[in-house]
Amino acid sequence: MATRGFLGRKRSGDPRLPPGQYDAGDDWPVLTAEVTPNLRPEQWSMTVDGLVETPTTWSWDEAHALPQSEFHGDIHCVTTWSKLGVTFGGVSVDDLLAVAGPQPEATHVLATSTTGYTTNLPLADVTGGKAWVVWTFGGQPLSPGHGGPVRLLVPHLYFWKSAKWVTRLTLLDHDQRGFWEVNGYHDRGDPWLEQRYTGD
Amino acid sequence: MSELLQSTTDAPTGGWRTATVREVAHPTERTVVVRLDVAGRVPHMPGQHYVVRLTADDGYTASRSYSVASSPSDPLVELCVERLADGEVSSYLADVVEVGDELEVRGPIGGWFAWDGVAPTLAIGGGTGVVPLISMLRHARDLQRPDLVCLIAAARTAADLPYSDEAMGDCNLVALSRQDTPSRPAGRLTSADLAPHIGGRELFFVCGSALFAEAVGRMLVELGVTTTAIRVERFGPTS
Repeated sequence: MATRGFLGRKRSGDPRLPPGQYDAGDDWPVLTAEVTPNLRPEQWSMTVDGLVETPTTWSWDEAHALPQSEFHGDIHCVTTWSKLGVTFGGVSVDDLLAVAGPQPEATHVLATSTTGYTTNLPLADVTGGKAWVVWTFGGQPLSPGHGGPVRLLVPHLYFWKSAKWVTRLTLLDHDQRGFWEVNGYHDRGDPWLEQRYTGD
Repeated sequence: MSELLQSTTDAPTGGWRTATVREVAHPTERTVVVRLDVAGRVPHMPGQHYVVRLTADDGYTASRSYSVASSPSDPLVELCVERLADGEVSSYLADVVEVGDELEVRGPIGGWFAWDGVAPTLAIGGGTGVVPLISMLRHARDLQRPDLVCLIAAARTAADLPYSDEAMGDCNLVALSRQDTPSRPAGRLTSADLAPHIGGRELFFVCGSALFAEAVGRMLVELGVTTTAIRVERFGPTS
Protein backbone atom coordinates (compact mmCIF):
# COMPACT_ATOMS: atom_id res chain seq x y z
CA MET A 1 0.00 0.00 0.00
CA ALA A 2 1.28 3.45 -0.81
CA THR A 3 1.63 5.87 2.08
CA ARG A 4 -0.32 9.09 1.54
CA GLY A 5 1.96 11.96 0.66
CA PHE A 6 5.23 10.04 0.87
CA LEU A 7 7.67 10.76 -1.92
CA GLY A 8 10.96 9.59 -0.41
CA ARG A 9 14.48 10.50 -1.30
CA LYS A 10 15.75 10.81 -4.81
CA ARG A 11 16.20 7.23 -6.02
CA SER A 12 19.88 6.46 -6.33
CA GLY A 13 19.28 3.46 -8.55
CA ASP A 14 22.65 2.13 -7.36
CA PRO A 15 22.59 -1.61 -8.10
CA ARG A 16 24.80 -2.21 -5.05
CA LEU A 17 21.96 -1.23 -2.70
CA PRO A 18 19.75 -4.13 -1.58
CA PRO A 19 16.00 -3.47 -1.23
CA GLY A 20 15.02 -1.06 1.54
CA GLN A 21 18.61 0.13 2.12
CA TYR A 22 20.05 3.64 1.76
CA ASP A 23 23.60 4.80 1.16
CA ALA A 24 25.02 6.14 4.44
CA GLY A 25 27.88 7.80 2.59
CA ASP A 26 30.70 8.74 4.95
CA ASP A 27 28.56 8.00 7.99
CA TRP A 28 29.12 4.77 9.89
CA PRO A 29 26.57 4.42 12.71
CA VAL A 30 27.49 2.52 15.88
CA LEU A 31 24.52 0.52 17.14
CA THR A 32 26.10 -1.97 19.53
CA ALA A 33 23.85 -3.28 22.30
CA GLU A 34 26.54 -3.58 24.93
CA VAL A 35 29.29 -1.49 26.48
CA THR A 36 32.31 -1.09 24.23
CA PRO A 37 35.11 -3.18 25.74
CA ASN A 38 38.51 -1.67 26.34
CA LEU A 39 40.33 -4.52 24.64
CA ARG A 40 44.07 -4.35 24.01
CA PRO A 41 45.48 -6.42 21.15
CA GLU A 42 47.77 -8.37 23.49
CA GLN A 43 44.72 -9.43 25.51
CA TRP A 44 42.88 -10.68 22.44
CA SER A 45 43.07 -14.14 20.95
CA MET A 46 41.14 -15.98 18.27
CA THR A 47 40.00 -19.56 18.86
CA VAL A 48 38.41 -22.03 16.47
CA ASP A 49 36.93 -24.96 18.36
CA GLY A 50 33.95 -27.31 18.49
CA LEU A 51 33.74 -29.90 15.71
CA VAL A 52 37.26 -29.47 14.40
CA GLU A 53 40.23 -31.87 14.27
CA THR A 54 42.61 -29.43 15.93
CA PRO A 55 41.11 -26.74 18.18
CA THR A 56 43.41 -23.79 17.68
CA THR A 57 44.03 -20.43 19.31
CA TRP A 58 45.96 -17.59 17.69
CA SER A 59 47.41 -14.62 19.51
CA TRP A 60 47.40 -11.17 17.90
CA ASP A 61 50.92 -11.75 16.51
CA GLU A 62 50.14 -15.29 15.38
CA ALA A 63 47.01 -14.13 13.57
CA HIS A 64 49.00 -11.41 11.83
CA ALA A 65 51.55 -14.02 10.69
CA LEU A 66 48.83 -15.80 8.67
CA PRO A 67 48.35 -14.87 5.00
CA GLN A 68 46.72 -11.45 4.94
CA SER A 69 43.50 -10.96 3.04
CA GLU A 70 41.42 -7.91 2.10
CA PHE A 71 37.75 -7.36 1.37
CA HIS A 72 36.63 -4.61 -1.00
CA GLY A 73 32.89 -4.13 -1.28
CA ASP A 74 29.71 -3.14 0.50
CA ILE A 75 28.20 -3.69 3.95
CA HIS A 76 24.53 -3.58 4.92
CA CYS A 77 23.00 -2.98 8.35
CA VAL A 78 19.54 -4.29 9.16
CA THR A 79 18.60 -0.78 10.35
CA THR A 80 18.67 0.11 6.60
CA TRP A 81 21.98 1.89 6.13
CA SER A 82 24.61 0.54 3.76
CA LYS A 83 28.20 1.58 3.19
CA LEU A 84 29.45 1.12 -0.33
CA GLY A 85 32.98 0.49 -1.53
CA VAL A 86 34.69 -0.11 1.79
CA THR A 87 37.92 -2.00 2.49
CA PHE A 88 38.69 -4.23 5.45
CA GLY A 89 41.93 -6.13 6.07
CA GLY A 90 42.73 -9.20 8.15
CA VAL A 91 42.69 -12.93 7.51
CA SER A 92 40.24 -15.13 5.67
CA VAL A 93 38.18 -17.44 7.87
CA ASP A 94 39.11 -20.12 5.31
CA ASP A 95 42.71 -19.91 6.50
CA LEU A 96 41.70 -20.33 10.14
CA LEU A 97 39.50 -23.32 9.28
CA ALA A 98 42.27 -24.86 7.17
CA VAL A 99 44.41 -25.05 10.30
CA ALA A 100 41.66 -26.24 12.65
CA GLY A 101 40.20 -28.76 10.18
CA PRO A 102 36.38 -28.89 10.29
CA GLN A 103 34.95 -32.33 10.97
CA PRO A 104 32.56 -33.66 8.31
CA GLU A 105 29.49 -33.31 10.51
CA ALA A 106 30.07 -29.58 11.15
CA THR A 107 27.26 -27.56 9.55
CA HIS A 108 27.07 -24.30 11.52
CA VAL A 109 29.24 -21.81 13.35
CA LEU A 110 28.57 -19.82 16.51
CA ALA A 111 30.72 -16.69 16.72
CA THR A 112 31.35 -15.35 20.23
CA SER A 113 32.71 -11.95 21.25
CA THR A 114 34.68 -10.91 24.32
CA THR A 115 31.51 -9.17 25.53
CA GLY A 116 29.46 -12.37 25.42
CA TYR A 117 27.71 -11.34 22.20
CA THR A 118 26.99 -14.28 19.90
CA THR A 119 25.76 -14.79 16.34
CA ASN A 120 25.10 -17.93 14.35
CA LEU A 121 25.95 -18.73 10.76
CA PRO A 122 25.75 -21.71 8.43
CA LEU A 123 29.29 -22.97 7.86
CA ALA A 124 28.76 -22.38 4.14
CA ASP A 125 28.39 -18.63 4.86
CA VAL A 126 31.89 -18.34 6.32
CA THR A 127 33.77 -20.55 3.84
CA GLY A 128 34.76 -20.08 0.21
CA GLY A 129 36.11 -16.54 0.53
CA LYS A 130 32.97 -15.08 2.11
CA ALA A 131 34.18 -14.25 5.64
CA TRP A 132 37.13 -12.63 7.36
CA VAL A 133 38.52 -11.79 10.77
CA VAL A 134 39.56 -8.15 10.28
CA TRP A 135 41.61 -5.53 12.12
CA THR A 136 41.82 -2.71 9.59
CA PHE A 137 39.23 -0.48 7.94
CA GLY A 138 40.35 1.66 5.03
CA GLY A 139 43.94 0.72 5.87
CA GLN A 140 43.68 2.05 9.46
CA PRO A 141 43.34 0.07 12.68
CA LEU A 142 39.71 -0.76 13.37
CA SER A 143 38.40 1.55 16.11
CA PRO A 144 36.89 0.10 19.31
CA GLY A 145 33.39 1.38 18.56
CA HIS A 146 33.40 -0.50 15.27
CA GLY A 147 34.67 -3.71 16.87
CA GLY A 148 38.38 -2.96 17.16
CA PRO A 149 40.82 -4.34 17.62
CA VAL A 150 39.23 -7.28 15.76
CA ARG A 151 35.82 -8.14 14.36
CA LEU A 152 34.27 -10.80 12.19
CA LEU A 153 33.33 -9.69 8.67
CA VAL A 154 30.59 -11.51 6.76
CA PRO A 155 29.65 -8.78 4.30
CA HIS A 156 27.09 -10.70 2.26
CA LEU A 157 24.80 -10.89 5.33
CA TYR A 158 23.33 -8.08 7.48
CA PHE A 159 26.07 -6.59 9.58
CA TRP A 160 24.97 -7.92 12.99
CA LYS A 161 26.44 -11.22 11.74
CA SER A 162 29.85 -9.51 11.60
CA ALA A 163 30.41 -9.82 15.34
CA LYS A 164 32.47 -7.04 16.91
CA TRP A 165 35.32 -8.05 19.23
CA VAL A 166 35.09 -11.64 17.95
CA THR A 167 37.22 -14.10 19.88
CA ARG A 168 35.85 -17.55 19.07
CA LEU A 169 34.28 -19.53 16.26
CA THR A 170 32.68 -22.76 17.45
CA LEU A 171 31.74 -25.33 14.82
CA LEU A 172 28.49 -27.20 15.50
CA ASP A 173 26.41 -29.95 13.88
CA HIS A 174 23.26 -27.86 14.42
CA ASP A 175 22.06 -24.27 14.33
CA GLN A 176 22.29 -22.48 17.67
CA ARG A 177 20.76 -19.02 17.56
CA GLY A 178 22.79 -16.08 18.77
CA PHE A 179 22.06 -12.78 20.51
CA TRP A 180 19.91 -10.94 17.95
CA GLU A 181 18.57 -14.15 16.48
CA VAL A 182 16.81 -14.98 19.77
CA ASN A 183 15.74 -11.33 20.06
CA GLY A 184 13.50 -11.14 17.02
CA TYR A 185 15.97 -11.00 14.15
CA HIS A 186 16.26 -13.38 11.22
CA ASP A 187 18.28 -16.56 11.52
CA ARG A 188 20.34 -15.97 8.35
CA GLY A 189 19.97 -12.29 7.40
CA ASP A 190 20.44 -12.08 3.63
CA PRO A 191 20.00 -8.38 2.70
CA TRP A 192 19.05 -9.20 -0.89
CA LEU A 193 16.11 -11.23 0.43
CA GLU A 194 15.36 -8.63 3.15
CA GLN A 195 15.66 -11.28 5.86
CA ARG A 196 15.52 -8.73 8.67
CA TYR A 197 13.27 -10.22 11.31
CA THR A 198 12.13 -13.63 12.48
CA GLY A 199 9.69 -14.96 9.92
CA ASP A 200 10.90 -12.89 6.92
CA MET B 1 35.89 -14.07 28.80
CA SER B 2 32.64 -12.79 30.25
CA GLU B 3 29.39 -14.70 30.39
CA LEU B 4 27.17 -14.75 27.32
CA LEU B 5 24.69 -11.93 26.92
CA GLN B 6 21.29 -13.37 27.73
CA SER B 7 17.89 -11.83 27.58
CA THR B 8 15.94 -12.37 30.75
CA THR B 9 12.56 -12.94 29.20
CA ASP B 10 10.80 -14.13 26.08
CA ALA B 11 9.89 -10.82 24.55
CA PRO B 12 6.88 -10.69 22.23
CA THR B 13 7.36 -10.14 18.50
CA GLY B 14 4.67 -8.84 16.18
CA GLY B 15 4.40 -8.90 12.39
CA TRP B 16 3.33 -6.23 9.90
CA ARG B 17 0.18 -4.37 10.85
CA THR B 18 -1.81 -1.42 9.62
CA ALA B 19 -1.84 1.41 12.11
CA THR B 20 -4.23 4.34 12.09
CA VAL B 21 -2.90 7.66 13.32
CA ARG B 22 -5.12 8.90 16.16
CA GLU B 23 -3.09 11.81 17.53
CA VAL B 24 -0.19 13.96 16.34
CA ALA B 25 1.66 16.41 18.59
CA HIS B 26 4.91 18.37 18.53
CA PRO B 27 6.08 18.53 22.15
CA THR B 28 9.45 20.06 21.31
CA GLU B 29 10.75 21.90 18.29
CA ARG B 30 12.50 18.82 16.94
CA THR B 31 10.15 16.02 17.95
CA VAL B 32 6.83 14.65 16.86
CA VAL B 33 4.63 12.30 18.87
CA VAL B 34 2.29 10.05 16.93
CA ARG B 35 -0.24 7.85 18.67
CA LEU B 36 -1.26 4.82 16.66
CA ASP B 37 -4.17 2.46 16.78
CA VAL B 38 -2.53 -0.80 15.69
CA ALA B 39 -4.96 -3.43 14.37
CA GLY B 40 -4.30 -6.78 16.05
CA ARG B 41 -1.67 -5.25 18.28
CA VAL B 42 0.76 -7.54 20.11
CA PRO B 43 1.41 -5.95 23.54
CA HIS B 44 4.99 -4.76 23.90
CA MET B 45 7.48 -4.81 26.72
CA PRO B 46 8.79 -1.37 27.72
CA GLY B 47 11.96 -0.70 25.73
CA GLN B 48 10.87 -2.52 22.58
CA HIS B 49 10.52 -0.75 19.25
CA TYR B 50 8.41 -0.64 16.11
CA VAL B 51 9.44 -0.34 12.49
CA VAL B 52 7.57 2.22 10.40
CA ARG B 53 7.62 1.53 6.65
CA LEU B 54 6.63 4.22 4.17
CA THR B 55 5.89 3.29 0.55
CA ALA B 56 5.88 5.74 -2.36
CA ASP B 57 3.63 5.37 -5.39
CA ASP B 58 6.44 3.76 -7.40
CA GLY B 59 6.98 1.07 -4.73
CA TYR B 60 10.06 2.72 -3.18
CA THR B 61 10.13 2.08 0.55
CA ALA B 62 11.91 3.59 3.53
CA SER B 63 11.82 1.96 6.98
CA ARG B 64 13.11 3.17 10.33
CA SER B 65 12.87 1.82 13.85
CA TYR B 66 11.35 3.89 16.65
CA SER B 67 11.07 3.11 20.34
CA VAL B 68 7.67 2.92 21.97
CA ALA B 69 6.99 5.56 24.63
CA SER B 70 3.62 4.26 25.80
CA SER B 71 3.10 1.72 28.52
CA PRO B 72 1.75 -1.72 27.62
CA SER B 73 -1.59 -0.77 29.22
CA ASP B 74 -2.10 2.13 26.81
CA PRO B 75 -4.58 1.13 24.08
CA LEU B 76 -2.53 3.14 21.57
CA VAL B 77 1.12 2.79 20.57
CA GLU B 78 2.93 6.07 21.11
CA LEU B 79 6.09 6.85 19.16
CA CYS B 80 8.19 9.94 19.77
CA VAL B 81 10.44 10.71 16.85
CA GLU B 82 13.24 13.24 16.48
CA ARG B 83 13.12 15.11 13.20
CA LEU B 84 16.48 14.66 11.51
CA ALA B 85 17.68 17.15 8.91
CA ASP B 86 17.83 14.60 6.10
CA GLY B 87 15.54 12.03 7.71
CA GLU B 88 13.13 10.90 5.04
CA VAL B 89 10.95 8.99 7.53
CA SER B 90 11.25 11.36 10.51
CA SER B 91 10.51 14.43 8.39
CA TYR B 92 7.50 12.68 6.89
CA LEU B 93 6.19 11.89 10.36
CA ALA B 94 6.92 15.42 11.57
CA ASP B 95 5.59 17.37 8.58
CA VAL B 96 3.11 15.27 6.62
CA VAL B 97 1.31 12.80 8.87
CA GLU B 98 -2.23 13.71 9.89
CA VAL B 99 -4.83 12.14 12.13
CA GLY B 100 -6.62 9.43 10.18
CA ASP B 101 -3.61 8.44 8.05
CA GLU B 102 -2.73 4.77 7.82
CA LEU B 103 0.84 3.62 8.32
CA GLU B 104 2.47 0.25 7.89
CA VAL B 105 4.17 -0.78 11.11
CA ARG B 106 5.85 -3.85 12.48
CA GLY B 107 6.40 -4.64 16.11
CA PRO B 108 7.06 -5.02 18.84
CA ILE B 109 10.67 -5.99 18.14
CA GLY B 110 13.68 -6.62 20.35
CA GLY B 111 14.22 -8.71 23.44
CA TRP B 112 17.40 -7.24 24.89
CA PHE B 113 16.54 -3.61 25.44
CA ALA B 114 13.30 -4.65 27.13
CA TRP B 115 12.26 -4.35 30.75
CA ASP B 116 10.42 -7.24 32.38
CA GLY B 117 8.57 -5.14 34.95
CA VAL B 118 10.37 -6.92 37.77
CA ALA B 119 14.06 -6.02 37.95
CA PRO B 120 14.96 -2.84 39.84
CA THR B 121 16.30 -0.69 37.05
CA LEU B 122 18.32 2.45 36.45
CA ALA B 123 17.41 3.97 33.09
CA ILE B 124 19.66 6.64 31.63
CA GLY B 125 18.69 8.50 28.47
CA GLY B 126 20.07 11.36 26.43
CA GLY B 127 17.62 13.56 24.49
CA THR B 128 15.14 11.41 22.60
CA GLY B 129 16.97 8.45 24.11
CA VAL B 130 14.52 8.81 27.00
CA VAL B 131 11.65 7.55 24.84
CA PRO B 132 11.92 3.79 25.59
CA LEU B 133 12.75 4.65 29.20
CA ILE B 134 9.52 6.66 29.51
CA SER B 135 7.69 3.46 28.59
CA MET B 136 9.49 1.75 31.48
CA LEU B 137 8.65 4.61 33.85
CA ARG B 138 4.99 4.57 32.85
CA HIS B 139 4.81 0.80 33.21
CA ALA B 140 6.35 0.96 36.68
CA ARG B 141 3.73 3.55 37.65
CA ASP B 142 0.97 1.33 36.20
CA LEU B 143 2.29 -1.48 38.38
CA GLN B 144 2.18 0.92 41.34
CA ARG B 145 5.89 0.26 41.72
CA PRO B 146 7.46 3.57 40.67
CA ASP B 147 10.43 2.60 42.82
CA LEU B 148 11.39 -0.07 40.27
CA VAL B 149 12.53 2.40 37.62
CA CYS B 150 14.80 5.33 38.33
CA LEU B 151 15.22 7.59 35.31
CA ILE B 152 18.15 9.88 34.67
CA ALA B 153 17.42 12.10 31.68
CA ALA B 154 20.12 14.24 30.09
CA ALA B 155 19.71 17.01 27.55
CA ARG B 156 21.00 20.48 26.74
CA THR B 157 17.90 22.26 28.03
CA ALA B 158 14.45 21.19 29.22
CA ALA B 159 13.10 22.28 25.84
CA ASP B 160 15.31 19.63 24.20
CA LEU B 161 13.97 16.87 26.41
CA PRO B 162 10.76 15.14 25.40
CA TYR B 163 8.61 14.11 28.36
CA SER B 164 10.60 16.42 30.63
CA ASP B 165 7.55 16.85 32.89
CA GLU B 166 7.24 13.09 33.39
CA ALA B 167 10.97 12.71 33.87
CA MET B 168 10.85 14.81 37.04
CA GLY B 169 9.81 13.39 40.38
CA ASP B 170 10.16 10.14 42.30
CA CYS B 171 13.83 9.23 42.40
CA ASN B 172 14.40 10.63 38.92
CA LEU B 173 17.01 13.16 37.89
CA VAL B 174 17.02 15.58 34.99
CA ALA B 175 20.56 16.64 34.12
CA LEU B 176 20.74 19.63 31.81
CA SER B 177 24.07 20.73 30.41
CA ARG B 178 23.01 24.33 29.61
CA GLN B 179 20.32 25.08 32.16
CA ASP B 180 20.11 25.11 35.95
CA THR B 181 17.34 23.14 37.62
CA PRO B 182 16.19 23.40 41.24
CA SER B 183 18.14 20.24 42.06
CA ARG B 184 21.19 20.64 39.87
CA PRO B 185 23.31 23.38 38.32
CA ALA B 186 23.91 23.29 34.56
CA GLY B 187 26.59 20.84 33.50
CA ARG B 188 27.21 17.66 31.63
CA LEU B 189 26.11 14.38 33.13
CA THR B 190 28.92 12.92 35.24
CA SER B 191 29.46 9.76 37.24
CA ALA B 192 28.75 11.84 40.36
CA ASP B 193 25.19 12.16 39.04
CA LEU B 194 24.91 8.41 38.59
CA ALA B 195 26.68 7.18 41.73
CA PRO B 196 23.82 7.75 44.24
CA HIS B 197 21.42 5.77 42.02
CA ILE B 198 23.45 2.59 41.45
CA GLY B 199 22.78 0.71 44.67
CA GLY B 200 20.09 -1.98 44.58
CA ARG B 201 19.66 -1.77 40.81
CA GLU B 202 19.93 -5.00 38.82
CA LEU B 203 19.58 -3.72 35.26
CA PHE B 204 20.97 -0.60 33.62
CA PHE B 205 19.34 0.65 30.42
CA VAL B 206 21.27 3.30 28.51
CA CYS B 207 19.80 4.96 25.43
CA GLY B 208 21.08 7.86 23.39
CA SER B 209 23.51 8.87 20.69
CA ALA B 210 26.56 6.68 20.25
CA LEU B 211 28.71 9.28 22.03
CA PHE B 212 26.28 9.56 24.94
CA ALA B 213 25.93 5.79 25.28
CA GLU B 214 29.68 5.34 25.13
CA ALA B 215 30.27 7.90 27.87
CA VAL B 216 27.54 6.61 30.18
CA GLY B 217 28.57 2.98 29.65
CA ARG B 218 32.09 3.86 30.67
CA MET B 219 30.87 5.71 33.79
CA LEU B 220 28.78 2.74 34.88
CA VAL B 221 31.69 0.33 34.46
CA GLU B 222 33.93 2.68 36.43
CA LEU B 223 31.29 2.74 39.17
CA GLY B 224 31.57 -1.04 39.37
CA VAL B 225 28.51 -2.12 37.39
CA THR B 226 28.88 -5.53 35.70
CA THR B 227 28.99 -5.06 31.93
CA THR B 228 26.43 -7.81 31.31
CA ALA B 229 23.92 -5.87 33.46
CA ILE B 230 24.18 -2.89 31.08
CA ARG B 231 21.85 -2.84 28.07
CA VAL B 232 22.57 -0.19 25.51
CA GLU B 233 20.59 1.24 22.63
CA ARG B 234 22.52 3.61 20.41
CA PHE B 235 21.09 5.66 17.59
CA GLY B 236 21.96 8.29 15.07
CA PRO B 237 25.01 9.03 12.98
CA THR B 238 28.63 8.98 14.14
CA SER B 239 32.20 8.92 12.93
